[in-house]
Amino acid sequence: MLNFELPKLEIGEAIEWFVRWVIANLSVIFDGIKTVLNAITGVLSSGMEAVPPVILILIFGLLIWLITSKTTAILSMVGLALVWNIGLWPQLLSTLVLVVVAVIIALIIGIPTGIAMTRSAKLEGAMRPVLDFMQTMPPFVYLIPAVMLFGIGVVPGLFATIIFAIPPPVRLTYLGITQVPEDMKEMAVAFGANDRQVLRKVELPLSLPSIMAGVNQCIMLGISMVVIASMIGAGGLGAEVMRAVNRLDLALGFESGLAIVILAIVLDRVSRNIGSGKETPADRIIKYIKKRRMKEESSHPA
Amino acid sequence: MTAKIEAKNLVKIYGNNTGHALELFNKGCSRSEIQKETGLTLGVAGANFEVAEGEIFVLIGLSGSGKSTLLRCINALLMPTSGSLLVDGRAIEKMPEKELRKLRGEKISMVFQHFAVLPNRTIADNVAFGLEIRGVPKEQRLKKAEEVLVTVGLEEWKNRLPAELSGGMKQRVGLARALVMDADILLMDEPFGALDALIRAEMQEELLTLQREIKKTVVFVTHDLDEALRLGDKIAIMRDGAIEQIGTSDEILAEPANEYVEKFLTGIDVSKILDASSISKWPNVLIRETESVSVGLYRMKRADTDYLFVLGPRYRLVGIVNKDDLVALSKKRETNLKDAIRKASSVPGDTIMRDIFPVLRESEKALAVVDENERFLGIITHNTLIDTLDERKGGDGIAEL
Repeated sequence: MLNFELPKLEIGEAIEWFVRWVIANLSVIFDGIKTVLNAITGVLSSGMEAVPPVILILIFGLLIWLITSKTTAILSMVGLALVWNIGLWPQLLSTLVLVVVAVIIALIIGIPTGIAMTRSAKLEGAMRPVLDFMQTMPPFVYLIPAVMLFGIGVVPGLFATIIFAIPPPVRLTYLGITQVPEDMKEMAVAFGANDRQVLRKVELPLSLPSIMAGVNQCIMLGISMVVIASMIGAGGLGAEVMRAVNRLDLALGFESGLAIVILAIVLDRVSRNIGSGKETPADRIIKYIKKRRMKEESSHPA
Repeated sequence: MTAKIEAKNLVKIYGNNTGHALELFNKGCSRSEIQKETGLTLGVAGANFEVAEGEIFVLIGLSGSGKSTLLRCINALLMPTSGSLLVDGRAIEKMPEKELRKLRGEKISMVFQHFAVLPNRTIADNVAFGLEIRGVPKEQRLKKAEEVLVTVGLEEWKNRLPAELSGGMKQRVGLARALVMDADILLMDEPFGALDALIRAEMQEELLTLQREIKKTVVFVTHDLDEALRLGDKIAIMRDGAIEQIGTSDEILAEPANEYVEKFLTGIDVSKILDASSISKWPNVLIRETESVSVGLYRMKRADTDYLFVLGPRYRLVGIVNKDDLVALSKKRETNLKDAIRKASSVPGDTIMRDIFPVLRESEKALAVVDENERFLGIITHNTLIDTLDERKGGDGIAEL
């Protein structure tokens, strides 16, 4: 009685059919995307590789100092110099480009999606399972459609990284905005603000710490995915790790792993500091310029 | 004069699909019946009121009585479910969204219970918030903000962040933010509710001083009766979404409309609020200075009293006559009572009850209450005071004195 056979639901086949259909019919779009992303990453990588590492490390140090602090800047420069010393500098740069481009695209998609979810309960209800799916699906699985859509190379790596890194900015943007106290929003409305003004002048500024936590998480997930993406030819430090695994080369494995850790820590400290409300050297410089200008104005009344 | 704000049969039911609930309400169902039947909350149950220009109108009630809901209907933060709310004669429920925003941005300002001061902006930027929404250029709005900050005494703090301010100071920022809009109408939602008693009293005083200058139309929500009596030109007492009584503080204290209002009023120290004119009574008998000794004696006999207040033309208080003096005069066959008139002790009508006690203690008989033109308003006897306290406090008041 109980051992009758249920026909298997062909879910996997359906997805595969869908992706094949997309490739067959929409390849123009994906080719276009591929060309654009290849160009962007190519220009960025070759541009940075053209600069002598010492100068680039100094430039990075200066930028990091501006948005964080002296200590963070010095430690970051030491870390980056170490990577250069062990000979993984070009790989670090290509990984950095991959992460930065992927994160920017993920944020461009993710933050507005999070905002849209706060405006529509229906969208929020629909997005929640989608986000759960994206976060729990083993990241390796994304590699398959990525390769099918874009072939082997940097772009499918970007694609997989973006999908993997999108959920945190979406969720944390949504969370941040919904946690803005109701009376703040009510106040803005009571002073005649429309929905866009409420968003721009109250909700986004007050949810900035949460949104920045989302950005930080996005970067961290991006870095971890970049290693996996090297399996489909994304290159960079991930490729070195893969090579070390294949050859059981502990020395190379450790070194390239260490380079990834250094990159991750630097990016984490930098992104964590943005929007934390701490006064940075850049803030101090802006303040100083403003003060100077005010003094000039008061001494030369118009 | 037309009312600045007018509510006509205003009903607010929270939630969607309010049709059935509204039907039940119109059939006369109570708030709890509607809640049980439809699951919806009746916020305001048919409110009618008018607020005149330049008046402080206080909405008072326990929490959940609908006072904040009613307040939010005035600037359409909440839309009335039925009925009408007119601001300057224009119905807000019929206004398109764009005009509503204009109304909120230009005509009506609001002060909030928990200040709603944005933590990421400086004090000046917070005060300028409404002007920023209105589209005023930065320099201009900051200049205006600074001017108003001087009025509320916070000009030193303009470049600080709200986290550095105390509660009372934050509410001053909230007040400044509303004042800088230069709107006609000020909605205040329990603005001093989150402040401690001392600061609250100080802020009330400041508001009254300020109001004397700026003459805004203020709708003030509170659950503190002392505050309502102190600030309100008119007070509306709310319960379960309905307005139980509207009147001046004297009217409400002297004649509570129903048992609920009476109960609501117990627990306040009436001796601080009631004044001589509101507790005085018109005596059963009086005499004019032109009347004769025998008329006086007759009236005393009829009313069973041994004194009469003597009035001149237009109810002007002339003095008091005693029974013994009149008897002496009548023995002398004197008909004119002028010789018997003595000086009567009197208090002005706006003397608060607490200050009446010492005067009354000194006078043997009754106190006359007079207005600023020495016109007779009524009398206060020892019994009047005791009765008043007894009525309101069940006798506790006397012990407190």
